[in-house]
Amino acid sequence: MSLPFLAKKPIDLPPIVSVELIQIKDKTNIPFAPKAKKTIEKIKEKEKKLVSEQAPPKKVKKIKPDAVPMPNDKMKKVEKIKEDKQNPEKIDNKVKQVSEFEKKELFDPNSIAALIDKSKVETAQTVNKTDKVTQDQQKNLENTGLTLSEEDALKAQIFGCWSIPLGLPYNENLLVRIKLLLNQDGTVLQSEILDHARMNKPGQGFYKVLAESALRAIKLCQPLRVPTTGYERWKELQLNFDAREMLEG
Amino acid sequence: MFRIFFIFFILVFPLNSWALIEVDITRGNLNPLPVAVSPLSIDENSRKNFEKILNNSDIGSEISAIVENNLKTSGLFNPLNKDAFLQAPDIANLKPRFEDWSLIKAQALITGKVNFIDKKLRVEFRLWDVLAGKEILALAFTTVPTNWRRVGHIITDKVYERLTGEKGYFDTRIIYVAEEGPKTKRIKKLAIMDQDGANNKFLTLGNELVLTPRFNPTSQMVTYLSYFRNLPRVYLLDIETGMQEVVGDFPGMTFAPRFSPNGKKIIMSFAKDGNSDIYTMDLENRIVEKITNHPSIDTSPSYSPDGKYICFNSDRSGYQQIYVMKSDGTSVKRISFGTGLYGTPVWSPRGDLIAFTKLHKGKFYIGVMRTDGSGERLLTENFYQEAPSWSPNGRVLIFYRETKTNDKGEGFSAKLWSIDLTGYNERLVNTPSDASDPSWSSLLSN
Repeated sequence: MSLPFLAKKPIDLPPIVSVELIQIKDKTNIPFAPKAKKTIEKIKEKEKKLVSEQAPPKKVKKIKPDAVPMPNDKMKKVEKIKEDKQNPEKIDNKVKQVSEFEKKELFDPNSIAALIDKSKVETAQTVNKTDKVTQDQQKNLENTGLTLSEEDALKAQIFGCWSIPLGLPYNENLLVRIKLLLNQDGTVLQSEILDHARMNKPGQGFYKVLAESALRAIKLCQPLRVPTTGYERWKELQLNFDAREMLEG
Repeated sequence: MFRIFFIFFILVFPLNSWALIEVDITRGNLNPLPVAVSPLSIDENSRKNFEKILNNSDIGSEISAIVENNLKTSGLFNPLNKDAFLQAPDIANLKPRFEDWSLIKAQALITGKVNFIDKKLRVEFRLWDVLAGKEILALAFTTVPTNWRRVGHIITDKVYERLTGEKGYFDTRIIYVAEEGPKTKRIKKLAIMDQDGANNKFLTLGNELVLTPRFNPTSQMVTYLSYFRNLPRVYLLDIETGMQEVVGDFPGMTFAPRFSPNGKKIIMSFAKDGNSDIYTMDLENRIVEKITNHPSIDTSPSYSPDGKYICFNSDRSGYQQIYVMKSDGTSVKRISFGTGLYGTPVWSPRGDLIAFTKLHKGKFYIGVMRTDGSGERLLTENFYQEAPSWSPNGRVLIFYRETKTNDKGEGFSAKLWSIDLTGYNERLVNTPSDASDPSWSSLLSN
């Protein structure tokens, strides 16, 4: 039985490529690039300098016994201070030109009273407002310790930094929890993957990829947009990275 | 007493006065990951040797260009412009200056070197996480120098897998039907090429019409439909040896062939007296088995990756729709219920989706749905397009699209296109001529 006409030359299968895993030992033993080495040395030197400048207490000149001021001198000094800053009896005889604005700022008991009254009203209002916030955001504050706006700001920042690995399956539990210890300025002092053991387990390649992408996002986002106050409240923070919503489309 | 005191203590002084703040990050950006592909460095001696053998003086840059192009076409990576690189390619044996790479916003960095050792090409590459400042992958490949393009594809696969979590699809081939001539007198040949369009070769001479070529799981065999002597039949071709044979001794037309996931069977349609049913043929013992038995047209069968189920299209409901059944032909269940006609279903290598062609109101769509028919998503719409085929990792679909002809029948062309599962990153696949009916191979390096 005849068959369809083929091209004269059959197609060669691609030749074999042998794959060799380079040892981790080699990885860690790679020397730094010359310029990088210099930069690192510079940084080290800087650190040394910083340590040497900051660590020891300031050298205070030892006061020699001769330099001990005599009781009379002390008195003089005290007097001088009195004269400069605190002498209420001193009257300035010079006539000064005072602008209209400055005049207004001059002492006026009524205006102070008004201010006091205002501040009272404002305090009351603030209290009311605070109460309202507490009612609305009670649950959030209890759960997160951040107000909704604070949380939103932080989320929005990390959303922008997190490049989601699109190859991950959407139907697997791939929640990556990272605990952060933050500095007051929002920089990360320490980060810890809470399920770290899962990283190196066989068959958990997806988890590893997601965890690494989350760590990259945190590094990229530094310093994090944290509240300016209440450091004790948020210095430890847990970020739960969950890409399912995005991967599902 | 102690217990009461303890409860009192807990109530009065709660232990976690500052509970750990938890913030859920459920969204991120889908921007391609910025990656720097440093040209692979090469020593002078190796350069001279490669120039003699390959007539290529900078094989290192060529390999890195392949990696760069692959990463770019995936749509998941953004290879950075080399002009912005602050560190020269001679960093293969050194730790990169991460501050220089993070300055240009690179999040990953690929470095490496090429050597000529014992008349062979040895390529060593390293992948660095720039932000973490650490190496995350290091591999070396040794092969014959002429195989250098494939090394570029394998490197891309490894990088892709390490950074996305799923296997790559770059060290693969595509078999398709190359087309030439006017629409009324088309010459169609079987052709094979690398997934990036390089190394294009023709398998048949174009004397007869050929259609629907499909790879077996090892990518060494191809089954296809040929109209040899005007009788449409399914053939089997070994692309290495050039040996071929007719599949089964059917007294009529066989078409729409496809291999089973283990490569031991071919599933296809057999048409007789206006009815077509689905059959399988065991390639070891040549036993033919009838899978469907219905007076309607059952065609385009495709196995699930575990081989337990088959999806196919049938007009048994009055309109062409997609059905799923067990591999023995039992438990037939219709899964497509949308408006329009559904055809060419293909089960994803991941097993979770079925790709299909949909015809609705005169337009053709390529879409995907879950295996129970839920979650239908249409990825692309056009005047005429069909025959989706999955990349081996189930991330990308390749299909062909025809352009409209004018009144004189001019301006017709058929081209291969690819699209990401998400519906983004639609790209024209380069072929030397017009092309249709693509089929993606499995990973060659597996």
